[in-house]
Amino acid sequence: MTVATHAEHHDGPPSSFFKRWFLSTNHKDIGSLYLLWALLMFFVGGTMAMIIRAELFQPGLQVVDPHFFNQMTTMHALVMIFGAVMPAFTGLANWMIPLQVGAPDMALPRLNNFSFWLLPAGSLILLSTMFMPGGAPASGWTMYPPLVLQTGMAFPFMVFAVHILGISSILGAINIIATVLNMRAPGMTLMKMPLFVWTWLITAFLLIATLPVLSGAVTMLLTDQFFGTTFFYAGGGGDPVMYQHIFWFFGHPEVYILILPAFGIVSTIIPTFSRKPLFGYSSMVYATASIAFLSFIVWAHHMFTVGMPLSGELFFMYATMLISVPTGVKVFNWVATMWKGSLTFETPMLFALAFVVLFTIGGFSGLMLAIAPADFQYHDTYFVVAHFHYVLVTGAVFSIMAAVYYWLPKWTGHMYNERLAKLHFWLSVISVNVLFFPQHFLGLAGMPRRIPDYSLQFAEWNMISSIGGFVYGASQLLFLAGVIICIRGGKKAPSKAWDGAKGLEWEVPSPAPFHTFDTPPLVK
Amino acid sequence: MALGFGGCVRFDGVQSALAPVSPEADHVFSLSWIMFWGSVAILVLVMVLGFYAVFGRRRPALDGNKMVIAGGVLLPLLALPPLLVYALALGDGLRAPPPEGALRIEVTGHQWWWEVRYRFPDAGDDFTTANEIHLPVGQAVEVLVTSNDVIHSFWVPRLAGKIDAMPGHANRLTLKAEEAGEFRGQCAEFCGAQHTHMAFVVVAKPQEAFEAWAAGQRKPARQPSSTEARRGLAAFLSQGCVECHTVRGTPASGRIGPDLTHVGSRRTLAAGTLDNNSATLAALIRDYQEFKPGADMPSHKDAFDQPTAESIAAYLEELQ
Ligand code: HEC
Ligand SMILES: [Cu+2]
Repeated sequence: MTVATHAEHHDGPPSSFFKRWFLSTNHKDIGSLYLLWALLMFFVGGTMAMIIRAELFQPGLQVVDPHFFNQMTTMHALVMIFGAVMPAFTGLANWMIPLQVGAPDMALPRLNNFSFWLLPAGSLILLSTMFMPGGAPASGWTMYPPLVLQTGMAFPFMVFAVHILGISSILGAINIIATVLNMRAPGMTLMKMPLFVWTWLITAFLLIATLPVLSGAVTMLLTDQFFGTTFFYAGGGGDPVMYQHIFWFFGHPEVYILILPAFGIVSTIIPTFSRKPLFGYSSMVYATASIAFLSFIVWAHHMFTVGMPLSGELFFMYATMLISVPTGVKVFNWVATMWKGSLTFETPMLFALAFVVLFTIGGFSGLMLAIAPADFQYHDTYFVVAHFHYVLVTGAVFSIMAAVYYWLPKWTGHMYNERLAKLHFWLSVISVNVLFFPQHFLGLAGMPRRIPDYSLQFAEWNMISSIGGFVYGASQLLFLAGVIICIRGGKKAPSKAWDGAKGLEWEVPSPAPFHTFDTPPLVK
Repeated sequence: MALGFGGCVRFDGVQSALAPVSPEADHVFSLSWIMFWGSVAILVLVMVLGFYAVFGRRRPALDGNKMVIAGGVLLPLLALPPLLVYALALGDGLRAPPPEGALRIEVTGHQWWWEVRYRFPDAGDDFTTANEIHLPVGQAVEVLVTSNDVIHSFWVPRLAGKIDAMPGHANRLTLKAEEAGEFRGQCAEFCGAQHTHMAFVVVAKPQEAFEAWAAGQRKPARQPSSTEARRGLAAFLSQGCVECHTVRGTPASGRIGPDLTHVGSRRTLAAGTLDNNSATLAALIRDYQEFKPGADMPSHKDAFDQPTAESIAAYLEELQ
């Protein structure tokens, strides 16, 4: 028995499909599973977004009823955050961290299998609520009480799903920390680690620190609902504002969980295609760490309108503004990296550059939102919707696409189709701006978020935004096609797929064999 | 004012933060443009720098450290404190208590309508209405906002930023309209199925007109004048409406739904969603759920026929 497993271990993947994909403890296979699941959820959440934009194409109610619309906005957010973006980053971490630090696998391979399989379980529980009496949760993804307590049968399932997805992420984070801290190749000191590894290490600590807080918050909702507690019920001495404090203590670091790995990806890709080392490596590490630290003390800028004393507003405004310093350092480091480089513009680079520009736009609108008196106007309007989609779509999602194009040759052994990928990029980058930029205007013109029906003065920009949305949605099918084509064949990729690329992952063959770095490489 | 995209965006809307009619909203409006153009300037600067980095012909060797420190550290540290100070000064004014003796309006959010109570120095002058707020032009008015159920948010973009209506809290907002006119307000905090249909109207008018309006609202409901309206009153009293609605001067004193004492004088129905006219009123009375599914007002499709609905509508229309 031991002999057999041992032999199998060295021969490559198990031959049985079930054994290979369900019982896998291999970081590459689990990484692929994460990425495929994220891709699936990206299209599920995307379909919901299309329904939302179809309803908003015109004023009035045409496509769905308001309750269903509210289910869509709620589920779209939960699916995209917990089902698509976070798992996609975890998948990238699974695939790339061991390769980048020269480790044979993740530190805790069985835990890795468990944390992955919790993900489909949690996602499916969440999605199943759509078929329950009363429908899916429709309270917004922030699950504010008292409204969330009006959810029907879906309520406990939503809480359960959040718990399971939270455990999945925490276990994944533990694994990443254990791998990075214990499994680095000899000679790879912390300050020699690729920036993607650094950003993920910091992200993992954020996950461990904040997800239990979210679980606590939803558990308090659960006991308020079923066991007679009154944490958030004003009539029983509780306070709904307290929920918002607890939620955003999780929620704000969460948005950095969704963006720090993106910084790592962009800091990997820009040097490769500039054929220069990353400028200001250590300042990048410190900037990432400062952003992570600051993310814990800015939460209440999400709740300026609850009626906060001026001193509170002052503190949270000030802390939020400080974030622009490390972020600015990053942006200028990227510019300095490109300075005098010999640049080429393959698709990963295009996505990374679009990330820098568009994420910066999201940063500026974020800064505007951080100014409390102005936020009284912008809060809960389409301005906010525009802001966080710039950060999460042209930020997080663009970085994930950049990463996929960048590492696909390593994963599949084939180069992707560059023309198709460029088409995907240009369609995406144009349509995404048509989709989200007008939403700034809508917000300023007074359109609240989360409404299926709106008054006439918002009609033009909504129609334009919807058209952008449909084109953006459709363009993502090109991404799917590009990935499938690349998996099935294409030009053979050399072990170092990009001539400017640096890092251990490019020293193993493409596709990366089932087992890599059985003997650790030596890093000088 | 024409700093922006005036031509291509409908900024003149009845609900636009970019068409301010109060000093508060005006300050935030200018602040918005300052921040907008500031952001554009910095973004363009960074982009130009980036383009130059990539395509510039004779790029000088760069002291990257200096650039990062100048752009990443000094720029925000110099640009942001003035913004913070300005914002603070502004914030102080926005939440300042209104002058002594100012008119006070208590607004309570309900799923999905607004209860509006006017408080005068003499309690005998108080009255209640719904989904419509009248203000005297040029006077600061104190608005105390709370909620009866879930969280709502009270927002009249042309007059001021929003403030949440929180169960268990009374949040204060000062409104001051510098111009007469009608401004649309809307619930801004997601509050359930009909959140999208939870708007209201603010009417700012000169002091005398305001006082005349208030005097009218203070009076009990007038007696029905036609046979049709008399039939309507009888039906209104017998069909259970009284459980939920108040019509001062009749036995109807329910508190679950909007006060209907002067519903005929209001511009809109169903919380700022529909124009107030007899056909709409009758249709709503007959089948509210058709227009606003989930609202606390039941459908009366099976309770009475269309002519009855029309006579109730005729009665309520007379309640000017
Ligand atoms: C169970 C309580 C209830 C009963 C019974 C009830 N209503 Fe209502 N009514 C409401 C509520 C609550 C609203 C506000 C609903 C909303 O728009 O969200 C309302 C709204 C209205 C409105 C619109 C008011 C406005 O300012 O927009 C009218 C008119 C009205 N009701 C008339 C009637 C009549 C006539 C009857 C009897 C045939 C009746 N209601 C019975 C609760 C009730
Ligand atoms: Cu509301």
